[in-house]
Amino acid sequence: MTVKVEVKNLTKIFGKHVGRAKELIKQGKTKPEILKETGATVGVDQANFEINDGEIFVIMGLSGSGKSTMVRMINRLIEPTDGSVLIDGENLMKMDKKSLREVRRKKMSMVFQNFGLLPNRTVLENAEYGLEIQGVDKETREKKANIALEQVGITGYNDEYPDQLSGGMQQRVGLARALANDPEILLMDEAFSALDPLNRTDMQDQLLDIQERLHKTIIFISHDLNEALKLGDHIMIMRDGEVVQTGTPEDILTHPANEYVEEFIENVDRSKVLTAGNVMIRPVTINVDKAGPRLTLKRMKNNEVSTAYVVDNKRTLIGIVDANDVIGLVRKDSSDLRSIVKSDVPTAHVDTPINDLMDDISQTGIPFAVVNDDGQLKGIIVRGAVLGALAGNEVSDFE
Amino acid sequence: MNSIPQLPLAHWIDGFVDWLVSFTGFFNGVTNFIGGINNAFQWVFDLIPIWLFIVLVLALTYYVNRDDQRWSLLGFEFFGLLLIWNLDFWRDMTQTLTLVLTSSLIALVIGIPLGILMSKSRIAEIILKPILDFMQTMPAFVYLIPAVALFGIGMVPGIVASVIFAMPPTVRMTNMGIREVPGELIEAADSFGSTEWQKLFKVELPLAKTSLMAGVNQSMMLSLSMVVTASMIGAMGLGTKVYFAVGRNDAGGGFAAGLAVVILAIILDRLTQSLTRDHKRG
Repeated sequence: MTVKVEVKNLTKIFGKHVGRAKELIKQGKTKPEILKETGATVGVDQANFEINDGEIFVIMGLSGSGKSTMVRMINRLIEPTDGSVLIDGENLMKMDKKSLREVRRKKMSMVFQNFGLLPNRTVLENAEYGLEIQGVDKETREKKANIALEQVGITGYNDEYPDQLSGGMQQRVGLARALANDPEILLMDEAFSALDPLNRTDMQDQLLDIQERLHKTIIFISHDLNEALKLGDHIMIMRDGEVVQTGTPEDILTHPANEYVEEFIENVDRSKVLTAGNVMIRPVTINVDKAGPRLTLKRMKNNEVSTAYVVDNKRTLIGIVDANDVIGLVRKDSSDLRSIVKSDVPTAHVDTPINDLMDDISQTGIPFAVVNDDGQLKGIIVRGAVLGALAGNEVSDFE
Repeated sequence: MNSIPQLPLAHWIDGFVDWLVSFTGFFNGVTNFIGGINNAFQWVFDLIPIWLFIVLVLALTYYVNRDDQRWSLLGFEFFGLLLIWNLDFWRDMTQTLTLVLTSSLIALVIGIPLGILMSKSRIAEIILKPILDFMQTMPAFVYLIPAVALFGIGMVPGIVASVIFAMPPTVRMTNMGIREVPGELIEAADSFGSTEWQKLFKVELPLAKTSLMAGVNQSMMLSLSMVVTASMIGAMGLGTKVYFAVGRNDAGGGFAAGLAVVILAIILDRLTQSLTRDHKRG
């Protein structure tokens, strides 16, 4: 396996008195000591690691751990104070502006937490951006952008504007924009953190899917250990600007380097960490403001379910309907779906830990409806999915 | 009490203005240039028959509001312009319009680049901010004195004084608009390898457009507010009518001309405001 990216002694110090802070760091002083003595904040402290060609490398840490600074030093959006980044053996730090621009255009693209899409451009124009600034002619870049949009699974939205799309869709455009350049390296800064749980799972699956076909080198920033374990070929855990441990997911789970990592893994005590939002699946929903009994019946049949969840135009949960009742309604030739809705559905908030729900779930026959603060239906919890999640399997979506 | 001598501030500034006056050639060139723009606008306005002018204004309004038509505005424009025609202020109105357009154009051409510079450079911001405050708060009358010394009597010194008074909003709003572009979009532009110019024209300016146009709108309104002041040094137009009415204690004539200014102001304001709105979405 060849090394694609090699990071040596990479350091970032924010604030004044950088020179003095640099000396102190070399003497092995800690971050609070340096802050106290010089007023400078150590963002990243002498990081060393290697990333192999074609792997997903997850940099993990809580906020303030320096992971975002780290990824931005890899394409020099943030200028490192010290150290070097070698890409295919070439030192990025020694490059002038022009060659750096060339690397950013051809070799690596970035995907942002809040998508970073230009609101005044359509989906297609956004996806074309990277090619446009390279001076690629319109026909070629449209073709490449379309291919990229297809790869991430959004077609038919070319002329929409970003704010007309959902978060998940917007991030697909962000990913397509990055892929359109056909870069060798993808930098993904908390790319899925702003998405709701179902969309996040979808996007993770899709990223793995894309990776299987394209074999990019992906540097993925995350604060979510479950995400890191799912995506990463290697995981690097950071804390307070320092690299705590680098290894395969297996390594990290079985041989945690220190107490900090141990605590992290303990948190994977799944029933406590996983919330209703993490294990829910997509329900079959009927919009009572739009659908009548016949359509309801057809949808239930298509999805092979005997109960369906009823929501209104705002996706607020109203209750469930039973197939038998719907059939009765059709026989009576009535269209009043509301009359047969059972509103006594067990519900849980998206943020409720599964631990708290366990008893109720095991005793109730019907799946729990998961709602958010506004009472909108986000998903449902079925027993199988809970067990699967606790056993460490990913929740699969049947749709 | 007289132990501290009075600072000869006025004397110094006189000296500075006298020094400036010695660059006659340069200021004559500027005068001719600005006069040329002014005359070109005036020539066009004089060429267009009044009825056609009204039709063109209505058509322009219709076009810029094509997605969200406001019939009351069209009605107002129609009757307002007819009233100006009826009161025999037409030529004065076009002279005022010329003054406003010329000074706004110059304010834009100088102001937008200054705003961009200010948004990019911390030093430029530190230097320009107090100058802009000064330009805007100094009583506009004061500009007339050196303006006459440097540019003579007539439209040009009026335009120069208007530009100085009206430019700050354009500079400020351009600066603010660019600075308010979300950091992630700037990072996105950089991370794909945009050059500084590409970033400016493809990301920053398009996103700053609304704020920038609000600045242009404000500049235009400020230069319109200068017309009476400018008339004191011979800038012709509706301002002259108001100024003369003051001299003759002619309340009726003063209000009539003032009303024409108001009508012109509302039309210009609404037109520039509609330009800021986004027409791409239905």
